[in-house]
Amino acid sequence: METQIDKILKGDVRAAAKLMRDIEDESPRAIEDLKALYPYTGNAYIIGVTGAPGVGKSTLVDTLVGGFREKEMTVGVVAIDPTSPFTGGAILGDRIRMQSHSTDPGVFIRSVATRGWAGGLSKATLNLIHIMDAMRKDIILVETVGTGQAEVDIINVADTSILVLIPGMGDAIQMMKAGILEGTDIFVINKIDRDSADDVRMQLEVMLETKDCPADGWKPPIVLTEAVNNKGITELVAEIMRHRESLISSGGLEKRRKERARLELIEAVDGYLKSHITDRIDQDYLQRLVDDLAQKKTDPYSVALEIINRSVKLIG
Amino acid sequence: MSTTRKLRILVTKPGLDGHDRGARVVARAYRDAGFEVIYTGLHQTPEQIVTAAIQEDVDLIAFSILSGAHLSLAGEIKRLLKERNADDITVIGGGIIPDEDIARLEAIGVKKVFLPGASLEEIVSWTRENVKPLG
Repeated sequence: METQIDKILKGDVRAAAKLMRDIEDESPRAIEDLKALYPYTGNAYIIGVTGAPGVGKSTLVDTLVGGFREKEMTVGVVAIDPTSPFTGGAILGDRIRMQSHSTDPGVFIRSVATRGWAGGLSKATLNLIHIMDAMRKDIILVETVGTGQAEVDIINVADTSILVLIPGMGDAIQMMKAGILEGTDIFVINKIDRDSADDVRMQLEVMLETKDCPADGWKPPIVLTEAVNNKGITELVAEIMRHRESLISSGGLEKRRKERARLELIEAVDGYLKSHITDRIDQDYLQRLVDDLAQKKTDPYSVALEIINRSVKLIG
Repeated sequence: MSTTRKLRILVTKPGLDGHDRGARVVARAYRDAGFEVIYTGLHQTPEQIVTAAIQEDVDLIAFSILSGAHLSLAGEIKRLLKERNADDITVIGGGIIPDEDIARLEAIGVKKVFLPGASLEEIVSWTRENVKPLG
C-alpha cells in the first residue's frame, strides 16, 4: 500500500498539506513522518525574503515565482503572517498578492501563522521547508512577517537572504545596522516608481563600504525593482543564481547548511527536554520543591539540576 | 508534545463582483474567535479556491457572492472538491442570495447559507459547533 510518505515524495499536495498541519499542531505522529522524510531533503535552494511591513514582500515573491518558473524550476512558498497574541487567531493575507501562480501545479503556496513564535518565522517553518524539499521543489521562497530589527531568524534558515527596502527609508537603514543588515546577501529597493531610490541606495552603499569584507568574499548587491510591473525581476533572479554559485564555490553553502543542522539539532534537544521533563514534572513533587524554595531552604539552580538528573534516569 | 488542533478557514470571493467588505468582516470575526483565516481576495475562480483550500489544508471554505452566480460557482467548487478527493472540506456561503435558492445550494452540498442580517456571533458559533478540525 502507498504510504503518506510515498505520496509526499511523489509530490502529492494533499498529503503534504496535511502533514504540514500536523506539524504546526504538534501532533506526535508528525515526528515519525519527519524522520522518514529527512533523508530526502537538502536538494532545494532556500531563499528568504524579509523587510518592514508594506515594502511589497508578497508581490516581490509572486514575481520571483514567475522568474523561477520561466527557468522551469518548481517552487514552494512559505508565507508567514502574525498570530494575534490576544485571541490566538490570524488573518493570513499573503495569497491575495500571489495570484499569478495560484493554479500552477509546479507551485505550492502555504500560509503560516507565527503562533507566538518570535523572530519573524514560526516554529514549524523549517519543517515545512523540509516537506516542500522532499516533494522535490527546486526553489523554496520564505516570506517572513513584516520585520523591524530583531527578526533575524530567516538568516539561519535561508541559503540566500533578501532584504526589501523602499525609497524614503534611508534614515531607517542607520537604525537597522545592528541586526538584519549584516546577514543580508542581496538588497532590493522596491517601488522605485514612487520616488527616487537615491537616498536608500546611498545609505546602503556607505554602510556596505564600511563593513568588514565578509569571509566568503560575497559583496551584497543592490537591485532596484518595481515588482508590481515585473521590473528588475530578471536581474534579481540572476543575482540570486550568482550568489548561489558563489556560495557553492566558496564552500559557504555547506557551511550554512551545517550551521542550520546544528541549530535544528539543538532545537530538537530543547524540544525533548521540554516535552519529557518540564511538561511532565509530578505536580506534588514540584509543589514540595517550590515550598522549599519559598522558604529559601534551597536555590532554583540546584533544584533544576536535581529535576533533570532524576528525569533523565526515568527516560533511560 | 501536546496537540492543539486549530481550525483553518478559507474566506473567499468567487466570481466577478467587487465588494468584499462582508467577507473581510467575517474574516476578522473568525480571527477574533481564535481561528486561522486564509483570505484570498477578490475574483477567484472555483479552480483557484479549491487549489488554495487543499494547499492550505483548511477545514472550511466560506464564500461570499453578491453577483447572483452563486449556484454555478458553488456547484463548480463542490464538483472540484469531489474530483480531488477533498470533499471532506465543509463549504458554507453568504451574500445576496434569494430565499428560493437556499434549498438549491444546500442540495448541491453547501452546508449553510447566511443571509445579510446574520450576526457575526451567529456565524462564529455555528462554525464552532459544526466544523471540527479534520484529522
